Amino acid sequence: MILDAIAALGRGTREFVASLGYAARMFVALIGAWPALLRRPRLVTDQIHFIGNYSLVIIAVSGLFVGFVLGLQGYYTLERYGSEQALGVLVALSLVRELGPVVTALLFAGRAGTSLTAEIGLMKAGEQLAAMEMMAVDPVKRVVAPRFWAGVVAMPVLAAIFSAVGVIGGYIVGVRLIGVDEGAFWSQMQAGVDLWDDIGNGVIKSVVFGFAVTFIALYQGYEARATPEGVARATTRTVVIASLTVLWLDFLLTALMFN
Amino acid sequence: MQRKSIDVWVGLFVLLGALALFFLAMRAGNLGSISFEDTYAVNARFDNIGGLKPRAPVKSAGVVVGRVADIRFDNQTFLATVTLDLDRRYQFPKDSSAKILTSGLLGEQYIGLEPGGDPENLAAGDRIKMTQSAIVLENLISQFLFSKAAEGKDGE
Repeated sequence: MILDAIAALGRGTREFVASLGYAARMFVALIGAWPALLRRPRLVTDQIHFIGNYSLVIIAVSGLFVGFVLGLQGYYTLERYGSEQALGVLVALSLVRELGPVVTALLFAGRAGTSLTAEIGLMKAGEQLAAMEMMAVDPVKRVVAPRFWAGVVAMPVLAAIFSAVGVIGGYIVGVRLIGVDEGAFWSQMQAGVDLWDDIGNGVIKSVVFGFAVTFIALYQGYEARATPEGVARATTRTVVIASLTVLWLDFLLTALMFN
Repeated sequence: MQRKSIDVWVGLFVLLGALALFFLAMRAGNLGSISFEDTYAVNARFDNIGGLKPRAPVKSAGVVVGRVADIRFDNQTFLATVTLDLDRRYQFPKDSSAKILTSGLLGEQYIGLEPGGDPENLAAGDRIKMTQSAIVLENLISQFLFSKAAEGKDGE
């Protein structure tokens, strides 16, 4: 009995370490695949179109509403201290530093990550990946790598759009609807937001999240069991693992960058 | 044809992202206010800088003429040494004075530069000799209380 439990623990540990090593090797292979992709940029453009352009609407609409809510809530809190002029800084800093990269990454995991996992998983279930290997085409290079780099490119673009639309949303609610002074709104924002410390670090965050979310989605799809149930589980795992990873990475990056 | 339209859409997508970043940098960030023109550095020593931070504006007559580049503690004189980057378009007399002021009651702190009357101008590396420290609220209150207490004694 006890021996069984210990054996199960040991097997679990061994499998965990093995999958870590496998993931690391796949990550290195994906990073190393970019020179080959430069010769065939079409593969990546197609995927950016699929991952990026189709996520544009959900990202822009979410950004707008997050900006609206920040404008409203920020105003109610700041008004108590008579400093509603600081609304611009509040909206811009929270968007550029945190909400832009994080919420975009979470939405990106839900909108694009799941479809990547399901696509790769079904390709595996349909033995398309195996068929490619039979033809001496490396599926990691031909199928997975273009999607990976497309995700890495699309994520910072989407995060920047999210933040910009959010700032406009905060402006619409704060200045147009509530009536905060327009000049103070923008000038306090410009005085409070630094190009490198805030915007630059936000971009770095969104690039890191792009690597993490896309890689998790592709790895889960590539490692899914080749059954309908396996693909379903892999899709769920993508959302759970990617969201958690984004949140702890965000904490780590914030602690490192904004101290 | 279909290929080409995908390329156009992807190009638009990336362009939109670049535009969003540009908007954030110009409108929300301080790229618009970073001047790429020449500056010259002068420094000033203060007894107490209060809450002054790097990149705080340096104003003369209310106009921004430069920024605080660096704040250090000088272990020889036990004073704060503040380096100011002034715009080369603006020249100030050698005997100008610097004060640490606060915009509004609770606003950010900045340096106010008051021109003097010297015919020679400040050059790069010069020190502004006349400085006035930040007003620290606690000191102000304790001074007030002490003077009140002294008044009370006189009245007896």
